[in-house]
Amino acid sequence: MNPVTRITARTIVLPLEDVDTDQIIPARYLRTTVREGLGENLFADWRYDKDGSEIDGFVLNEPESKGAGILVAGRNFGCGSSREHAPWALIDHGFHAVISTEIADIFSNNSLKNGFLPIIVDEDTHRWLLAHPGIELTLDVEAKELTLPNGKTVGFPIENFSRHCLLNGVDQLGFLMEQANAISSYEAQAR
Amino acid sequence: MPGRSLFDKVWDEHVVVPETEDAPAVLYIDLHLVHEVTSPQAFNTLRANGLSVRRPDLTLATMDHSTPTVTVGSLQELKVVSEPEAFEQIVQMERNCTDFGLELRGLGSAERGIVHVIGPELGATQPGKTIVCGDSHTSTHGALGALAFGIGTTEVCHVLATQCLLQRKPKTFAVNLVGNLQPGVTAKDIILGLIGQIGVDGGTGHAIEYLGAAASQLSIEERMTICNMAIEGGARTGMFSPDDTTYEYLAGRPLAPAGVDWDAALSHWRELPSDDDAQFDRETALDVSALKPMVTFGTNPGMVIPVDGEIPVLTGDLGFAKALEYMQLEAGQPLAGTPVDIVFIGSCTNSRLSDLRAAAGILQGRKVADGVRALVVPGSAKIKRDAEAEGLPEIFRAAGAEWREPGCSMCLAMNGDIVPPGKLAVSTSNRNFEGRQGKGARTVLASPLTAAASAVNGVVSDPRPLIN
Repeated sequence: MNPVTRITARTIVLPLEDVDTDQIIPARYLRTTVREGLGENLFADWRYDKDGSEIDGFVLNEPESKGAGILVAGRNFGCGSSREHAPWALIDHGFHAVISTEIADIFSNNSLKNGFLPIIVDEDTHRWLLAHPGIELTLDVEAKELTLPNGKTVGFPIENFSRHCLLNGVDQLGFLMEQANAISSYEAQAR
Repeated sequence: MPGRSLFDKVWDEHVVVPETEDAPAVLYIDLHLVHEVTSPQAFNTLRANGLSVRRPDLTLATMDHSTPTVTVGSLQELKVVSEPEAFEQIVQMERNCTDFGLELRGLGSAERGIVHVIGPELGATQPGKTIVCGDSHTSTHGALGALAFGIGTTEVCHVLATQCLLQRKPKTFAVNLVGNLQPGVTAKDIILGLIGQIGVDGGTGHAIEYLGAAASQLSIEERMTICNMAIEGGARTGMFSPDDTTYEYLAGRPLAPAGVDWDAALSHWRELPSDDDAQFDRETALDVSALKPMVTFGTNPGMVIPVDGEIPVLTGDLGFAKALEYMQLEAGQPLAGTPVDIVFIGSCTNSRLSDLRAAAGILQGRKVADGVRALVVPGSAKIKRDAEAEGLPEIFRAAGAEWREPGCSMCLAMNGDIVPPGKLAVSTSNRNFEGRQGKGARTVLASPLTAAASAVNGVVSDPRPLIN
């Protein structure tokens, strides 16, 4: 994994609460054996009508959404299925982070393992971000804070180990493989 | 020392390296369930890194999500009935299992089925085990006192390679089930009622344990339905402390311990139930005697009402308005009486023998209403055989319902079983998300009794008048 230390990108806003992973990437697109290429069908059923034409009014179809890298979403983003295809689709589309007041557990875990940032902020900051789409934000993983366009900074929590892995590009599989002796000892005493 | 919960005990027994401020625990996994949809990329990573599967003996592989539920006798027939991507995924799964030395309960296997149905059925799911799968409904296995949760594909790869996961310990959440269920009210209604009470994110960051007098009276299959949908309340998992009901369920199953191993296992299992003075981070109670058959009216499982109730009026809520618009339903109106196009009885929530018997009890001597398509999909090949042995398919067919091969089927519309756009399905599955059962499909989640009654009447119906 490439290190992720600091991201500066423009936001788009999807204020709906409880956006589930079936919306992020519908199950029919899970019939793939690779990680790439899912961005095309990110939010497919909200983005395209039955003929495959873009639906007017959905945020991803707005011209100003092109090139946006941070999604500001309503509470409980990513609930539902464990499909890692959800963060893969967001990444493949060009997103680097999602910001909300609450993000579902499995989605959050999956995101961090792919260098995609699930950022939790307080209600006031969230309200402000929802009301100001299209602004440029900086997310600093090292400092654990985001910087608003006016220079004001807001802290966000990020689990220590995930932060370490992001900053140093640590592959968690490699880290686990290094625990081989401890795993063997556990297996020997447990069985 | 304060009392410990079931969750605490199972967690502590599986810590390979303890959690610190800087690193999560390395947690050992006793059983890894693998299916064709969330594993291909994990096997690709193993290949790319020249790695093998550390414990094929602790890995149980099957195919369920993208497999068709029509009968196929050969690979050629499978190719004909499947869409190309689904076929490729199935073929890839066979190749991956061959290459990595995994026994696959594949399409021809007598032990095939939905991964969360066959684990318990085979006796592979046992009290005190840690169980993971690349599927959020892995919590189902908590019904037997296992610590079971869904993981992503990167973690599937971690478990394949090391049999371990890096995990932070979640908080614990006790749900006390009190009272007695009324006739016609089922385990499905308990879990829908609970999610309605705590909300779809009420359990986020927590492992639920269901406790209380009403919990201990439930059968293992009922407990599975309740644990299955813990994730729909946002929880990492749901569990029941094991008891005599658990041990009776497991005795004699093919992969359960036998002989002296059984005695040793039993004495271990008896130490696992939560201590009377166990501490939980959160607690709530649900009086199940006050529950009625429950139905969802919106686009998440928390948007739920009693079948004889009215859709609530909630102004100024963007998501609520969007959900009702999608469902083509109106606030303040009853849901009962809404015309039904499709009834789906199946999925890892409600496809076990007791679910099929419940549906058959309603359908026996009755007909599925004109214009309604009813689909009954057993959860496993064994359930299919058992149901056939007691004549259930004859009841379903006589009523005009379809009897299919086991699989996930119409729960998630990636295997050919789809609810067409705009059609309303009463479904015994677990998710009523927009498009879950097909683009534009409208889903009402309900128990097998309510689903069967709705099939007979052709409208969303209270099953209680049809129960003899």
